[in-house]
Amino acid sequence: MDIVTHCNVPRYLHNDLPLGNPLGSPGDRETQLESVLSALQLAISAEHSVVQVSDAAWKGDGQWKENYNKVDQSNRQALLRLGQENRKKRAENKARGLAR
Amino acid sequence: MKNQKFVPYMERTRLFYQAQGFEKAYTWAHFEGTPFAKPKKPLEDCVVTVVTTAVAHAKIPKPIRRAESIPFTETPARFETSELSWDKETTHTDDRQSYFPLEILNRLAGQGIIKRVSKRFHFVPTQYSHRATINADAPSIAKACEEDEVDIALLIPL
Repeated sequence: MDIVTHCNVPRYLHNDLPLGNPLGSPGDRETQLESVLSALQLAISAEHSVVQVSDAAWKGDGQWKENYNKVDQSNRQALLRLGQENRKKRAENKARGLAR
Repeated sequence: MKNQKFVPYMERTRLFYQAQGFEKAYTWAHFEGTPFAKPKKPLEDCVVTVVTTAVAHAKIPKPIRRAESIPFTETPARFETSELSWDKETTHTDDRQSYFPLEILNRLAGQGIIKRVSKRFHFVPTQYSHRATINADAPSIAKACEEDEVDIALLIPL
């Protein structure tokens, strides 16, 4: 929600679900259909730029909202190592000309 | 808007990469103005396409992936999604229909709710470079949409 509204887009339908299933949770055909229909309706009927929040909700508890990319003492060392590996990989890619 | 607590992704991402030792915080694209055009025809006369961040051709190394316009007939049964930043602790992407609505769009076309599904869908890489996205990938997809006479493009990032 914050990234898309910061960017500014003409129409935005927000499903408040964990990242990975923007149309609806796995197997939730009803929400997936509803998402596409709502997006198409927004495309046709909106008179100006608009943000719409759907009723879609994750069926489990709300802990995912706290956990996503969380940084705490339990993962601080692992994240530092990940960053080091990431920078090394980027430097290797650059040296091989793998960049745009 | 409802009184709902959304994940603060920008702040969370800033702290996540700071913890990895990256000194410079990522700056998200921001447009002062919002482009907006209302379709001049009803939904049943509209050709619809999809823009996805799911990777169809994973053999191309991530740093040099470019936008691609791919026939819907070549939609992979499974896209490659492991390199994308989605919530791998909470959910999965085994159900393609949870992020790529080909079956739904085909059904809506069959029911006459939309005119038809476009010939091609579009892959856009998630890359660090605003320049690559704004100057190369977006114009490439816009051009392909014009060639395919697309009226509505659904941008569905993972």
